[in-house]
Amino acid sequence: MRFSFTDEQREFRSVVRRFLEDKSPTSEVRRLMETDIGHDPEVWRSLTQDLGLTAIHVPEIYGGQGFGISELAITVEEMGRALLCAPYFASTVLATTAILRAGTDAQKRALLPDIAAGQTIAALAFTEENGRWDSGGVAATATRVEEKHRLDGVKSFVLDGHTADVIVVLARRPGSTDADGLSFFTVRGDAVGLQRRPLETVDQTRKLARLAFSGVEAELLGEDGGAAGPLQATLDVAATCLANEMVGGAERLRESAVTFANMRVQFGRPIASFQSLKHKAADMLLDVELAKSAAYYAAAAADEGDDELPALASLAKAAASEAYMQTAIHAVQIHGGIGFTWDNDTHLWFKRAKSSEVFLGGPAYHRERLMQIWKV
Amino acid sequence: MTEMTAEAVRAEIHAWLERNWDPNFGLVEWRNKLVDSGWGAPHWPKQWYGRDLADGLLPIVDEEFDRIGAVGVAKMGIRTLAAATILAHGTDLHKEKFLRRILTGEDTWCQLFSEPGSGSDLAGAMTRAERRGNRWVINGQKVWTTSAHRADYGLLLARTNVDLPKHRGLAYFILDMRQPGVEVVPLRQMNGHASFNQVFFTDAEVAPEFLVEEDGDGWKIATTTLMHERRGADALRRYVKPSQRPERIYREEAREIAIDLEPYKWYPQRAGRVDLLIARAKETGKNADPVVRQEIAKVMIMASCAEWTARRARTAHQHGRPQGPEGSLGKLASSHIARAANQVHTLISGTDAMLTGKNSPMNGVIAEILVSTPAISIAGGTDEIQKNIIAERVLKMPKEPRSDTDRPFREVPKNALPR
Repeated sequence: MRFSFTDEQREFRSVVRRFLEDKSPTSEVRRLMETDIGHDPEVWRSLTQDLGLTAIHVPEIYGGQGFGISELAITVEEMGRALLCAPYFASTVLATTAILRAGTDAQKRALLPDIAAGQTIAALAFTEENGRWDSGGVAATATRVEEKHRLDGVKSFVLDGHTADVIVVLARRPGSTDADGLSFFTVRGDAVGLQRRPLETVDQTRKLARLAFSGVEAELLGEDGGAAGPLQATLDVAATCLANEMVGGAERLRESAVTFANMRVQFGRPIASFQSLKHKAADMLLDVELAKSAAYYAAAAADEGDDELPALASLAKAAASEAYMQTAIHAVQIHGGIGFTWDNDTHLWFKRAKSSEVFLGGPAYHRERLMQIWKV
Repeated sequence: MTEMTAEAVRAEIHAWLERNWDPNFGLVEWRNKLVDSGWGAPHWPKQWYGRDLADGLLPIVDEEFDRIGAVGVAKMGIRTLAAATILAHGTDLHKEKFLRRILTGEDTWCQLFSEPGSGSDLAGAMTRAERRGNRWVINGQKVWTTSAHRADYGLLLARTNVDLPKHRGLAYFILDMRQPGVEVVPLRQMNGHASFNQVFFTDAEVAPEFLVEEDGDGWKIATTTLMHERRGADALRRYVKPSQRPERIYREEAREIAIDLEPYKWYPQRAGRVDLLIARAKETGKNADPVVRQEIAKVMIMASCAEWTARRARTAHQHGRPQGPEGSLGKLASSHIARAANQVHTLISGTDAMLTGKNSPMNGVIAEILVSTPAISIAGGTDEIQKNIIAERVLKMPKEPRSDTDRPFREVPKNALPR
């Protein structure tokens, strides 16, 4: 297993970091989080066309750049650090990976080039109002009518689902249960019978939607009834990426807390000179560095086709969830009263930490999954 | 000095071992041959039993020793710290007298730094060294001294001048432990073992030539010893496995390993025995308890993360990149893991966690975990000191203002003397 980044990867990271420092200052984050679409189309254009970030892990034959999950993970780590407001996780991480894992060659050729170019924004709708992140929670049905399928049901917590051009939907054959009878479908965002409503979210930088399907005509994606495997593979990559996104945000919070403590004077000296603050800062460094190791390790495992990826993805997601939230709590505390104000930026990351903790399954869910994979 | 290539080193040590190795040597006899050849400590200087070999090439030498089954020089215990300190600061007399017998394992060493009144604050040592005639005379007390009861020599940090600020009034001595003024008493720990000692000095004597460097240089030299202790701590934690082979030299080495490792036999328990958690949960049926499952997962996640963090640090080091923050966190992580593992072992053992001895879980191993983990966040630098170091050196946070370093040591508040 690889335990360090290559020189090329380090260079790539610094390019992405510079771009995001320029395009996603907190003034922009604050402006975009108040909008319905939640991103700046011009920044999206630049990110997709100038930097090609939406094409990273897409093979070249489908119009991509053919890099691995490690490069994807570096990208989302930097986006988590900058708190970029964009449909990147929805389109590039979730939907693209689902299409790569589930679609036929012809479907990938048809769908991926536009998504990889950023001209089409895609979303993945799999969770429902019960909020479960496993396939057993799926109730939406796909009924076969001659050569077509019609979708009925409600999807919720769909990342960027209200703005996506294409939606990859998980639904089941009527009467099937659990992992059985699940299939992916693709639907246009403006399809007849699809009602989309943005949800009001604690974390305004992450837009979620509720999608109600009533008799929506849909294209089958991949094998009829064969979505359970590709779904799990997609979620393992997504959990790995989310863990990387989280450690990026956690590190930024940790740094800003120390910067503030070095600057803030009370009792005649910088509060950073008090041991109570130093010890908290050391604990934060430990939390973040340990979680980073898990996130990087899972990404490397994904690239090496390691059989342990499901366990490692859950491990990394659980570790990063705890570390990010804990770091956010400490960061507010170190800032004191200022940290609880809307004007101070800390709450933006605090809320992202909270939404990330829950998104794709909370730490307790992933720990239990880990214990099951390890046959405890 | 010409840089040797890896292949050349491998060929040379391979050929030398082929010609010279024989398991029917006595341990000391063989090690003397190693010392003479420079292959016992090849990274040492040529004029002192080494070959000036780059540290990076040492694994090749070790591999060739392993391949043929050859025994190496004595590497365990404080003697390696003594050697490193003497090589850095000692006179030719010191090197002449001590280095060979350190490598052969004939002499055992101990480190006389910690005192009842100065643990984290080592520079606050109060053991006195006074010059009387042509002798240094030592009075005072040291504590937490591993192997003092069988040591031939001690590395002593002692105060020679109380009118100077604390770091400047110290000197560093090589003390002969086998003299009437030195009394060694075992120190029993809360887990029942007595792995360390207290050492009392009553007019113990040191000849002037065994002062290392000058009077007043004590803190500087102690820093060298401590740096090597920190570096070597990981190596010491690795389990040294005696060979089961029957020849004389292996039997002698196995005896030496058993003696050297005796004080450390509870160290795996001190670290919390994360490796036992799943097996214990299964054998007690607690693996069906969702709370226990969550807690096991938390500890195992932390342990995995710590291992990968250490690997990241090592890899960065191998690639010659500056060490990132990940390199300074291992000790702190170990404390967290041990504490958490202790709690989960308690959860798994339930009421049986009140028992110890033969009729308790795993023949007393679990009980030993429960009363040993507190040591890990204290020994070798407390968590609190560790966090200060991380905050100040890695995170560049300002030091806490101090009131003990800018005035004569005699004016600095101190603990009462124990006797």
